[in-house]
Amino acid sequence: MRPFEYLAPKDLDEACSLLSKHRDEAKILSGGQSLVALLRQRLVSPAYVIDIRRVPGLDYIREDKDGLSIGALTTHRTVEISPAVAKRFPMLAEAEHRLAHRQVRNWGTIGGNLSHADPGGDLAPSLMALGAEVKVVSAKGKRTIPVVEFFTDYMVTVIEPDEIMVEVSIPYLKAGSGGAYHKESIRAGDRPIASVAAVVSLDGKAGIIRSARIALGGVGLTPILAKEAGKSLAGKKATAAVVLEAGAIAAREAQPTADVEGSVEYKRHIVGLLTRDMLNLAMARAQSK
Amino acid sequence: MKMPLQFRVNGEDYEVYVEPWKTLLEVLRDELELTGTKAGCLAGECGTCTVIVDGKAVKSCLMLAPQAAGREIMTVEGLAQGGKLHPLQQAFIDHFAFQCGFCTPGMLMSSKALLDENPHPTADDVKEGLYGNFCRCTGYVKILEAVLAAGAKPRG
Ligand SMILES: Cc1cc2nc3c(=O)[nH]c(=O)nc-3n(C[C@H](O)[C@H](O)[C@H](O)COP(=O)(O)OP(=O)(O)OC[C@H]3O[C@@H](n4cnc5c(N)ncnc54)[C@H](O)[C@@H]3O)c2cc1C
Ligand code: FES
Ligand code: FES
Repeated sequence: MRPFEYLAPKDLDEACSLLSKHRDEAKILSGGQSLVALLRQRLVSPAYVIDIRRVPGLDYIREDKDGLSIGALTTHRTVEISPAVAKRFPMLAEAEHRLAHRQVRNWGTIGGNLSHADPGGDLAPSLMALGAEVKVVSAKGKRTIPVVEFFTDYMVTVIEPDEIMVEVSIPYLKAGSGGAYHKESIRAGDRPIASVAAVVSLDGKAGIIRSARIALGGVGLTPILAKEAGKSLAGKKATAAVVLEAGAIAAREAQPTADVEGSVEYKRHIVGLLTRDMLNLAMARAQSK
Repeated sequence: MKMPLQFRVNGEDYEVYVEPWKTLLEVLRDELELTGTKAGCLAGECGTCTVIVDGKAVKSCLMLAPQAAGREIMTVEGLAQGGKLHPLQQAFIDHFAFQCGFCTPGMLMSSKALLDENPHPTADDVKEGLYGNFCRCTGYVKILEAVLAAGAKPRG
Protein backbone atom coordinates (compact mmCIF):
# COMPACT_ATOMS: atom_id res chain seq x y z
CA MET A 1 0.00 0.00 0.00
CA ARG A 2 1.15 3.51 -0.73
CA PRO A 3 1.39 5.67 2.39
CA PHE A 4 -1.58 7.88 3.20
CA GLU A 5 -2.71 10.07 6.03
CA TYR A 6 -5.30 8.37 8.21
CA LEU A 7 -8.11 10.54 9.52
CA ALA A 8 -10.80 9.34 11.90
CA PRO A 9 -13.54 11.97 12.23
CA LYS A 10 -15.53 11.74 15.44
CA ASP A 11 -18.87 12.65 13.91
CA LEU A 12 -20.63 13.17 10.61
CA ASP A 13 -20.03 16.94 10.55
CA GLU A 14 -16.31 16.46 10.90
CA ALA A 15 -16.34 13.72 8.26
CA CYS A 16 -18.15 16.06 5.85
CA SER A 17 -15.77 18.94 6.44
CA LEU A 18 -12.73 16.68 5.95
CA LEU A 19 -14.24 15.43 2.70
CA SER A 20 -15.06 18.89 1.42
CA LYS A 21 -11.46 19.89 2.12
CA HIS A 22 -9.74 16.89 0.54
CA ARG A 23 -12.33 15.80 -2.07
CA ASP A 24 -10.63 13.73 -4.79
CA GLU A 25 -7.54 13.20 -2.68
CA ALA A 26 -9.55 11.33 -0.05
CA LYS A 27 -11.21 7.93 0.15
CA ILE A 28 -13.86 7.00 2.67
CA LEU A 29 -13.19 3.81 4.64
CA SER A 30 -16.07 1.87 6.18
CA GLY A 31 -15.37 -1.84 6.53
CA GLY A 32 -12.47 -1.92 4.08
CA GLN A 33 -13.62 -5.24 2.64
CA SER A 34 -13.33 -3.76 -0.82
CA LEU A 35 -11.13 -0.71 -0.25
CA VAL A 36 -8.21 -2.44 1.48
CA ALA A 37 -7.80 -4.81 -1.45
CA LEU A 38 -7.84 -1.86 -3.88
CA LEU A 39 -5.26 -0.05 -1.75
CA ARG A 40 -3.04 -3.10 -1.60
CA GLN A 41 -3.14 -3.54 -5.38
CA ARG A 42 -2.52 0.21 -5.73
CA LEU A 43 -5.60 0.52 -7.88
CA VAL A 44 -6.37 3.50 -5.69
CA SER A 45 -3.75 5.59 -3.88
CA PRO A 46 -5.52 8.32 -1.91
CA ALA A 47 -3.52 10.91 0.03
CA TYR A 48 -6.11 10.67 2.83
CA VAL A 49 -8.15 7.79 4.12
CA ILE A 50 -11.14 9.04 6.08
CA ASP A 51 -12.30 6.26 8.38
CA ILE A 52 -15.99 6.74 9.18
CA ARG A 53 -16.37 3.37 10.87
CA ARG A 54 -16.77 4.92 14.34
CA VAL A 55 -18.93 7.84 13.29
CA PRO A 56 -21.92 7.45 15.60
CA GLY A 57 -25.51 7.12 14.47
CA LEU A 58 -25.06 5.28 11.16
CA ASP A 59 -25.51 1.71 12.37
CA TYR A 60 -29.22 0.90 12.70
CA ILE A 61 -32.17 -0.90 11.18
CA ARG A 62 -35.37 1.00 11.81
CA GLU A 63 -38.95 0.12 10.93
CA ASP A 64 -40.33 3.54 10.02
CA LYS A 65 -43.90 4.32 9.03
CA ASP A 66 -43.51 3.88 5.29
CA GLY A 67 -40.41 1.78 5.03
CA LEU A 68 -37.34 0.17 6.50
CA SER A 69 -34.33 2.43 7.05
CA ILE A 70 -30.85 0.95 7.26
CA GLY A 71 -27.86 3.04 8.36
CA ALA A 72 -24.94 2.97 5.93
CA LEU A 73 -22.57 1.48 8.51
CA THR A 74 -24.82 -1.49 9.26
CA THR A 75 -22.85 -4.66 8.59
CA HIS A 76 -23.95 -7.31 6.13
CA ARG A 77 -24.23 -9.77 9.00
CA THR A 78 -26.57 -7.48 10.94
CA VAL A 79 -28.83 -7.16 7.91
CA GLU A 80 -28.64 -10.91 7.26
CA ILE A 81 -29.93 -11.87 10.70
CA SER A 82 -32.22 -8.90 11.37
CA PRO A 83 -35.77 -10.01 12.29
CA ALA A 84 -37.14 -6.80 10.74
CA VAL A 85 -35.44 -7.55 7.42
CA ALA A 86 -36.59 -11.18 7.53
CA LYS A 87 -40.16 -10.05 8.12
CA ARG A 88 -40.30 -7.19 5.61
CA PHE A 89 -37.86 -8.17 2.87
CA PRO A 90 -36.80 -11.82 3.02
CA MET A 91 -35.18 -11.39 -0.41
CA LEU A 92 -32.67 -8.98 1.10
CA ALA A 93 -31.76 -11.38 3.89
CA GLU A 94 -31.30 -14.09 1.27
CA ALA A 95 -29.05 -11.83 -0.79
CA GLU A 96 -26.94 -11.09 2.29
CA HIS A 97 -26.74 -14.76 3.19
CA ARG A 98 -24.89 -15.51 -0.05
CA LEU A 99 -22.78 -12.37 -0.05
CA ALA A 100 -19.17 -13.51 0.38
CA HIS A 101 -18.84 -15.39 3.68
CA ARG A 102 -19.17 -14.89 7.41
CA GLN A 103 -15.94 -12.94 8.05
CA VAL A 104 -16.55 -10.44 5.25
CA ARG A 105 -20.18 -10.02 6.32
CA ASN A 106 -19.09 -9.38 9.90
CA TRP A 107 -17.09 -6.29 8.94
CA GLY A 108 -18.33 -5.05 5.55
CA THR A 109 -21.19 -2.56 5.43
CA ILE A 110 -24.23 -1.97 3.26
CA GLY A 111 -23.10 1.60 2.47
CA GLY A 112 -19.65 0.43 1.42
CA ASN A 113 -21.10 -2.31 -0.74
CA LEU A 114 -23.34 0.06 -2.72
CA SER A 115 -20.71 2.80 -2.96
CA HIS A 116 -18.15 0.32 -4.24
CA ALA A 117 -20.56 -0.24 -7.15
CA ASP A 118 -19.32 -3.61 -8.27
CA PRO A 119 -21.82 -4.59 -10.99
CA GLY A 120 -21.88 -8.08 -9.50
CA GLY A 121 -22.76 -6.80 -6.02
CA ASP A 122 -25.52 -8.74 -4.30
CA LEU A 123 -27.56 -5.92 -2.80
CA ALA A 124 -28.20 -3.57 -5.71
CA PRO A 125 -30.58 -5.79 -7.73
CA SER A 126 -32.98 -6.32 -4.82
CA LEU A 127 -32.83 -2.68 -3.79
CA MET A 128 -33.54 -1.59 -7.37
CA ALA A 129 -36.47 -3.97 -7.71
CA LEU A 130 -37.83 -2.81 -4.35
CA GLY A 131 -37.61 0.85 -5.33
CA ALA A 132 -35.16 1.73 -2.54
CA GLU A 133 -33.41 5.07 -2.14
CA VAL A 134 -30.10 6.11 -0.65
CA LYS A 135 -29.51 9.26 1.35
CA VAL A 136 -26.20 11.05 1.00
CA VAL A 137 -24.90 14.07 2.93
CA SER A 138 -22.13 16.61 2.45
CA ALA A 139 -21.12 19.91 3.99
CA LYS A 140 -23.50 21.51 1.46
CA GLY A 141 -26.58 19.52 2.47
CA LYS A 142 -28.30 16.26 1.76
CA ARG A 143 -30.02 14.55 -1.13
CA THR A 144 -31.94 11.38 -1.80
CA ILE A 145 -31.17 9.20 -4.81
CA PRO A 146 -33.24 6.28 -6.09
CA VAL A 147 -31.01 3.22 -6.30
CA VAL A 148 -32.02 2.82 -9.97
CA GLU A 149 -30.31 6.17 -10.67
CA PHE A 150 -27.32 5.56 -8.42
CA PHE A 151 -24.95 3.60 -10.70
CA THR A 152 -23.58 5.34 -13.78
CA ASP A 153 -20.70 3.20 -15.03
CA TYR A 154 -18.36 0.40 -14.00
CA MET A 155 -17.70 1.05 -10.31
CA VAL A 156 -18.93 4.64 -10.68
CA THR A 157 -21.90 6.18 -8.89
CA VAL A 158 -23.53 9.60 -8.74
CA ILE A 159 -21.93 10.21 -5.33
CA GLU A 160 -19.73 13.32 -5.43
CA PRO A 161 -16.26 13.15 -3.85
CA ASP A 162 -17.44 15.24 -0.89
CA GLU A 163 -20.56 13.16 -0.20
CA ILE A 164 -21.14 10.31 2.26
CA MET A 165 -23.90 7.76 2.01
CA VAL A 166 -25.75 7.67 5.32
CA GLU A 167 -28.86 5.57 4.79
CA VAL A 168 -30.66 3.11 2.58
CA SER A 169 -34.45 3.28 2.80
CA ILE A 170 -36.80 0.69 1.35
CA PRO A 171 -40.54 1.33 1.00
CA TYR A 172 -42.72 -1.45 2.40
CA LEU A 173 -44.40 -3.71 -0.13
CA LYS A 174 -48.13 -3.29 -0.60
CA ALA A 175 -50.41 -6.17 0.28
CA GLY A 176 -50.39 -8.81 -2.45
CA SER A 177 -46.73 -8.18 -3.31
CA GLY A 178 -43.69 -10.39 -2.98
CA GLY A 179 -40.04 -10.48 -3.98
CA ALA A 180 -37.24 -12.94 -4.61
CA TYR A 181 -33.52 -12.84 -5.42
CA HIS A 182 -31.03 -15.43 -6.52
CA LYS A 183 -27.41 -15.35 -7.56
CA GLU A 184 -26.23 -18.13 -9.81
CA SER A 185 -22.52 -18.66 -9.22
CA ILE A 186 -19.86 -21.30 -9.54
CA ARG A 187 -19.71 -21.69 -5.75
CA ALA A 188 -22.37 -20.19 -3.50
CA GLY A 189 -21.01 -16.85 -2.27
CA ASP A 190 -18.84 -16.28 -5.35
CA ARG A 191 -19.16 -13.61 -7.99
CA PRO A 192 -22.36 -14.05 -9.97
CA ILE A 193 -22.63 -15.67 -13.38
CA ALA A 194 -25.81 -13.64 -13.24
CA SER A 195 -28.21 -12.60 -10.52
CA VAL A 196 -31.85 -11.61 -10.72
CA ALA A 197 -34.21 -9.85 -8.33
CA ALA A 198 -37.94 -9.72 -8.99
CA VAL A 199 -40.71 -7.91 -7.14
CA VAL A 200 -44.29 -8.56 -8.20
CA SER A 201 -47.55 -7.00 -7.13
CA LEU A 202 -50.68 -9.08 -7.78
CA ASP A 203 -54.31 -8.19 -8.03
CA GLY A 204 -55.32 -11.04 -5.74
CA LYS A 205 -58.81 -12.01 -6.88
CA ALA A 206 -58.27 -11.80 -10.60
CA GLY A 207 -54.82 -13.40 -10.72
CA ILE A 208 -53.61 -10.38 -12.66
CA ILE A 209 -50.11 -8.92 -12.34
CA ARG A 210 -50.53 -5.32 -11.31
CA SER A 211 -46.84 -4.47 -11.71
CA ALA A 212 -43.44 -6.16 -11.75
CA ARG A 213 -39.89 -4.92 -11.38
CA ILE A 214 -36.91 -7.00 -12.40
CA ALA A 215 -33.25 -6.13 -11.82
CA LEU A 216 -30.12 -7.90 -12.97
CA GLY A 217 -26.64 -8.19 -11.42
CA GLY A 218 -23.31 -9.18 -12.91
CA VAL A 219 -24.41 -8.83 -16.51
CA GLY A 220 -23.32 -5.30 -17.41
CA LEU A 221 -21.15 -2.39 -16.37
CA THR A 222 -23.71 -1.59 -13.68
CA PRO A 223 -26.60 -3.45 -12.11
CA ILE A 224 -29.47 -3.17 -14.60
CA LEU A 225 -33.18 -2.48 -14.14
CA ALA A 226 -34.83 -4.67 -16.81
CA LYS A 227 -37.57 -2.15 -17.56
CA GLU A 228 -39.08 -3.83 -20.61
CA ALA A 229 -39.26 -7.22 -18.94
CA GLY A 230 -41.09 -5.67 -15.98
CA LYS A 231 -43.42 -3.69 -18.21
CA SER A 232 -44.29 -6.76 -20.29
CA LEU A 233 -46.02 -8.26 -17.27
CA ALA A 234 -48.19 -5.33 -16.18
CA GLY A 235 -51.89 -6.06 -16.51
CA LYS A 236 -51.34 -9.62 -17.69
CA LYS A 237 -52.76 -12.79 -16.24
CA ALA A 238 -49.93 -14.64 -14.48
CA THR A 239 -49.43 -17.61 -16.81
CA ALA A 240 -46.32 -19.68 -17.46
CA ALA A 241 -46.12 -18.20 -20.96
CA VAL A 242 -45.97 -14.53 -19.90
CA VAL A 243 -43.38 -15.35 -17.23
CA LEU A 244 -41.25 -17.15 -19.80
CA GLU A 245 -41.61 -14.23 -22.20
CA ALA A 246 -40.48 -11.80 -19.47
CA GLY A 247 -37.41 -13.98 -19.00
CA ALA A 248 -36.62 -13.78 -22.69
CA ILE A 249 -36.95 -10.00 -22.64
CA ALA A 250 -34.74 -9.71 -19.53
CA ALA A 251 -32.12 -11.88 -21.26
CA ARG A 252 -32.07 -9.34 -24.10
CA GLU A 253 -31.83 -6.41 -21.69
CA ALA A 254 -28.76 -7.96 -20.04
CA GLN A 255 -25.41 -6.71 -21.35
CA PRO A 256 -23.00 -9.41 -20.25
CA THR A 257 -19.41 -9.86 -21.35
CA ALA A 258 -17.66 -13.21 -21.63
CA ASP A 259 -15.29 -14.11 -18.78
CA VAL A 260 -14.41 -17.06 -16.52
CA GLU A 261 -18.02 -17.14 -15.31
CA GLY A 262 -19.32 -17.91 -18.77
CA SER A 263 -20.00 -16.81 -22.33
CA VAL A 264 -22.40 -14.06 -23.32
CA GLU A 265 -24.96 -16.60 -24.56
CA TYR A 266 -24.73 -18.66 -21.39
CA LYS A 267 -25.18 -15.64 -19.13
CA ARG A 268 -28.21 -14.48 -21.09
CA HIS A 269 -29.62 -17.98 -20.82
CA ILE A 270 -29.13 -17.93 -17.05
CA VAL A 271 -30.79 -14.49 -16.83
CA GLY A 272 -33.84 -15.91 -18.63
CA LEU A 273 -34.12 -18.91 -16.32
CA LEU A 274 -33.51 -16.92 -13.14
CA THR A 275 -36.06 -14.32 -14.19
CA ARG A 276 -38.66 -17.03 -14.67
CA ASP A 277 -37.82 -18.66 -11.32
CA MET A 278 -37.68 -15.42 -9.33
CA LEU A 279 -40.97 -14.21 -10.82
CA ASN A 280 -42.63 -17.48 -9.86
CA LEU A 281 -41.19 -17.36 -6.35
CA ALA A 282 -42.14 -13.69 -5.96
CA MET A 283 -45.72 -14.46 -7.05
CA ALA A 284 -45.97 -17.41 -4.68
CA ARG A 285 -44.86 -15.13 -1.87
CA ALA A 286 -47.25 -12.41 -2.99
CA GLN A 287 -50.13 -14.86 -2.76
CA SER A 288 -49.18 -16.10 0.67
CA LYS A 289 -49.44 -12.61 2.14
CA MET B 1 4.07 8.51 9.67
CA LYS B 2 3.56 6.22 12.62
CA MET B 3 0.60 6.57 14.93
CA PRO B 4 -0.04 5.05 18.35
CA LEU B 5 -2.36 2.07 18.45
CA GLN B 6 -3.74 0.72 21.69
CA PHE B 7 -5.66 -2.51 21.77
CA ARG B 8 -6.08 -5.73 23.69
CA VAL B 9 -4.75 -8.95 22.24
CA ASN B 10 -5.40 -12.25 23.96
CA GLY B 11 -6.22 -10.44 27.17
CA GLU B 12 -3.10 -8.26 27.23
CA ASP B 13 -2.99 -4.53 26.62
CA TYR B 14 -0.65 -3.35 23.90
CA GLU B 15 0.48 0.03 22.68
CA VAL B 16 2.44 -0.01 19.46
CA TYR B 17 3.40 2.61 16.90
CA VAL B 18 2.27 1.66 13.44
CA GLU B 19 1.97 3.11 9.99
CA PRO B 20 -1.77 3.44 9.32
CA TRP B 21 -1.48 1.67 5.98
CA LYS B 22 -0.51 -1.55 7.75
CA THR B 23 -3.17 -4.19 8.19
CA LEU B 24 -4.04 -5.81 11.49
CA LEU B 25 -2.43 -8.97 10.10
CA GLU B 26 0.89 -7.21 9.56
CA VAL B 27 0.82 -5.64 13.01
CA LEU B 28 0.03 -8.94 14.72
CA ARG B 29 2.77 -10.81 12.89
CA ASP B 30 5.50 -8.19 12.54
CA GLU B 31 5.05 -5.93 15.59
CA LEU B 32 3.60 -8.32 18.16
CA GLU B 33 5.40 -11.35 16.69
CA LEU B 34 2.23 -13.39 16.98
CA THR B 35 2.92 -15.43 13.88
CA GLY B 36 0.23 -18.03 14.52
CA THR B 37 -2.09 -15.94 12.33
CA LYS B 38 -1.15 -16.84 8.78
CA ALA B 39 -0.80 -14.65 5.71
CA GLY B 40 -2.33 -16.50 2.79
CA CYS B 41 -3.98 -14.73 -0.12
CA LEU B 42 -4.02 -11.22 1.38
CA ALA B 43 -7.25 -10.64 -0.52
CA GLY B 44 -9.96 -11.80 1.85
CA GLU B 45 -10.49 -15.09 0.07
CA CYS B 46 -8.73 -17.86 1.99
CA GLY B 47 -9.36 -17.24 5.69
CA THR B 48 -5.91 -18.19 7.03
CA CYS B 49 -5.65 -14.72 8.62
CA THR B 50 -8.93 -15.01 10.55
CA VAL B 51 -8.90 -13.52 14.05
CA ILE B 52 -11.72 -12.61 16.43
CA VAL B 53 -12.40 -8.90 16.89
CA ASP B 54 -14.91 -7.96 19.58
CA GLY B 55 -16.37 -11.44 19.38
CA LYS B 56 -16.65 -11.65 15.60
CA ALA B 57 -14.47 -13.56 13.14
CA VAL B 58 -12.85 -11.17 10.67
CA LYS B 59 -10.07 -11.34 8.14
CA SER B 60 -7.09 -9.48 9.52
CA CYS B 61 -5.61 -9.02 6.02
CA LEU B 62 -8.54 -6.73 5.16
CA MET B 63 -8.66 -4.73 8.37
CA LEU B 64 -6.57 -1.59 8.52
CA ALA B 65 -4.66 -1.62 11.79
CA PRO B 66 -6.10 1.69 13.09
CA GLN B 67 -9.57 0.11 12.96
CA ALA B 68 -8.43 -2.25 15.72
CA ALA B 69 -7.84 0.62 18.16
CA GLY B 70 -9.54 0.03 21.50
CA ARG B 71 -10.84 -3.34 20.43
CA GLU B 72 -10.45 -6.80 21.88
CA ILE B 73 -8.58 -9.14 19.56
CA MET B 74 -8.15 -12.86 19.95
CA THR B 75 -5.65 -14.87 17.92
CA VAL B 76 -4.87 -18.56 17.88
CA GLU B 77 -2.20 -17.92 20.54
CA GLY B 78 -5.01 -16.96 22.92
CA LEU B 79 -6.87 -20.26 22.73
CA ALA B 80 -4.82 -22.45 25.06
CA GLN B 81 -5.14 -21.50 28.72
CA GLY B 82 -2.66 -22.38 31.49
CA GLY B 83 -0.80 -24.84 29.29
CA LYS B 84 -4.01 -26.65 28.42
CA LEU B 85 -5.28 -26.79 24.86
CA HIS B 86 -8.67 -25.31 24.07
CA PRO B 87 -11.30 -28.05 23.49
CA LEU B 88 -11.36 -27.09 19.81
CA GLN B 89 -7.62 -27.55 19.49
CA GLN B 90 -7.85 -30.92 21.21
CA ALA B 91 -10.72 -31.92 18.92
CA PHE B 92 -8.65 -30.98 15.85
CA ILE B 93 -5.90 -33.31 17.10
CA ASP B 94 -8.28 -36.11 18.04
CA HIS B 95 -10.02 -35.98 14.66
CA PHE B 96 -6.88 -35.53 12.51
CA ALA B 97 -8.30 -32.25 11.27
CA PHE B 98 -5.08 -30.92 9.77
CA GLN B 99 -2.25 -32.02 7.57
CA CYS B 100 0.12 -29.17 6.68
CA GLY B 101 -1.62 -27.00 9.29
CA PHE B 102 -1.48 -23.72 7.40
CA CYS B 103 -5.25 -23.23 7.47
CA THR B 104 -5.60 -24.42 11.07
CA PRO B 105 -5.27 -21.13 12.97
CA GLY B 106 -7.92 -19.55 10.77
CA MET B 107 -10.14 -22.62 11.00
CA LEU B 108 -9.85 -22.58 14.78
CA MET B 109 -10.72 -18.89 15.08
CA SER B 110 -13.73 -19.17 12.77
CA SER B 111 -14.83 -22.24 14.75
CA LYS B 112 -14.33 -20.46 18.07
CA ALA B 113 -16.46 -17.51 16.94
CA LEU B 114 -19.09 -19.94 15.69
CA LEU B 115 -19.26 -21.96 18.92
CA ASP B 116 -19.34 -18.81 21.03
CA GLU B 117 -22.44 -17.72 19.12
CA ASN B 118 -23.97 -21.16 18.66
CA PRO B 119 -22.55 -23.71 21.16
CA HIS B 120 -24.19 -26.76 19.57
CA PRO B 121 -24.13 -26.21 15.82
CA THR B 122 -25.44 -28.60 13.19
CA ALA B 123 -23.23 -29.75 10.32
CA ASP B 124 -24.83 -27.08 8.13
CA ASP B 125 -24.11 -24.40 10.71
CA VAL B 126 -20.44 -25.42 10.78
CA LYS B 127 -20.18 -25.44 6.99
CA GLU B 128 -21.73 -21.98 6.92
CA GLY B 129 -19.42 -20.67 9.65
CA LEU B 130 -16.30 -22.05 7.94
CA TYR B 131 -17.32 -21.08 4.43
CA GLY B 132 -14.66 -18.39 4.27
CA ASN B 133 -11.82 -20.72 5.26
CA PHE B 134 -10.01 -22.78 2.66
CA CYS B 135 -8.09 -25.98 3.31
CA ARG B 136 -5.95 -27.37 0.52
CA CYS B 137 -5.13 -30.64 2.31
CA THR B 138 -7.84 -32.32 4.33
CA GLY B 139 -10.94 -32.25 2.19
CA TYR B 140 -12.79 -30.60 5.11
CA VAL B 141 -14.54 -33.71 6.44
CA LYS B 142 -12.19 -34.12 9.40
CA ILE B 143 -12.44 -30.44 10.22
CA LEU B 144 -16.23 -30.67 10.20
CA GLU B 145 -16.09 -33.71 12.48
CA ALA B 146 -13.72 -31.96 14.89
CA VAL B 147 -15.88 -28.85 15.22
CA LEU B 148 -19.05 -30.92 15.63
CA ALA B 149 -17.33 -32.98 18.35
CA ALA B 150 -16.17 -29.86 20.18
CA GLY B 151 -19.67 -28.47 19.84
CA ALA B 152 -21.24 -31.63 21.24
CA LYS B 153 -19.18 -31.48 24.45
CA PRO B 154 -20.40 -29.40 27.34
CA ARG B 155 -18.00 -26.50 27.54
CA GLY B 156 -16.88 -24.73 30.66
C1 LIG C 1 -13.56 -12.37 -0.45
C2 LIG C 1 -14.64 -11.39 -0.74
C3 LIG C 1 -15.82 -11.81 -1.33
C4 LIG C 1 -16.83 -10.91 -1.60
N1 LIG C 1 -17.99 -11.40 -2.15
C5 LIG C 1 -19.01 -10.54 -2.38
C6 LIG C 1 -20.25 -11.03 -2.87
O1 LIG C 1 -20.44 -12.23 -3.08
N2 LIG C 1 -21.25 -10.13 -3.10
C7 LIG C 1 -21.09 -8.78 -2.87
O2 LIG C 1 -22.02 -8.01 -3.07
N3 LIG C 1 -19.93 -8.30 -2.38
C8 LIG C 1 -18.90 -9.14 -2.14
N4 LIG C 1 -17.71 -8.65 -1.66
C9 LIG C 1 -17.55 -7.18 -1.53
C10 LIG C 1 -17.77 -6.67 -0.16
O3 LIG C 1 -18.53 -7.45 0.66
C11 LIG C 1 -18.42 -5.31 -0.11
O4 LIG C 1 -18.23 -4.57 -1.24
C12 LIG C 1 -17.93 -4.64 1.11
O5 LIG C 1 -18.60 -5.17 2.19
C13 LIG C 1 -17.97 -3.16 1.04
O6 LIG C 1 -18.28 -2.60 2.29
P1 LIG C 1 -17.17 -1.98 3.21
O7 LIG C 1 -17.87 -1.36 4.34
O8 LIG C 1 -16.17 -2.99 3.52
O9 LIG C 1 -16.61 -0.83 2.24
P2 LIG C 1 -15.14 -0.26 2.05
O10 LIG C 1 -14.26 -1.31 1.50
O11 LIG C 1 -14.70 0.45 3.25
O12 LIG C 1 -15.46 0.82 0.90
C14 LIG C 1 -15.78 0.43 -0.41
C15 LIG C 1 -15.89 1.68 -1.31
O13 LIG C 1 -17.02 2.46 -0.94
C16 LIG C 1 -16.63 3.75 -0.47
N5 LIG C 1 -17.48 3.99 0.70
C17 LIG C 1 -17.56 3.19 1.81
N6 LIG C 1 -18.52 3.63 2.64
C18 LIG C 1 -19.06 4.73 2.05
C19 LIG C 1 -20.11 5.64 2.42
N7 LIG C 1 -20.80 5.48 3.56
N8 LIG C 1 -20.39 6.66 1.58
C20 LIG C 1 -19.70 6.81 0.42
N9 LIG C 1 -18.71 6.00 0.01
C21 LIG C 1 -18.40 4.97 0.82
C22 LIG C 1 -15.15 3.65 -0.20
O14 LIG C 1 -14.51 4.88 -0.37
C23 LIG C 1 -14.71 2.61 -1.20
O15 LIG C 1 -14.52 3.22 -2.45
C24 LIG C 1 -16.66 -9.53 -1.33
C25 LIG C 1 -15.48 -9.09 -0.73
C26 LIG C 1 -14.47 -10.00 -0.43
C27 LIG C 1 -13.21 -9.53 0.20
S1 FES D 1 -4.85 -13.93 3.97
FE1 FES D 1 -6.66 -12.99 4.66
S2 FES D 1 -8.19 -14.11 3.70
FE2 FES D 1 -6.40 -14.93 2.79
S1 FES E 1 -4.21 -28.64 6.55
FE1 FES E 1 -3.09 -27.88 4.87
S2 FES E 1 -4.37 -26.26 4.22
FE2 FES E 1 -5.58 -27.19 5.69
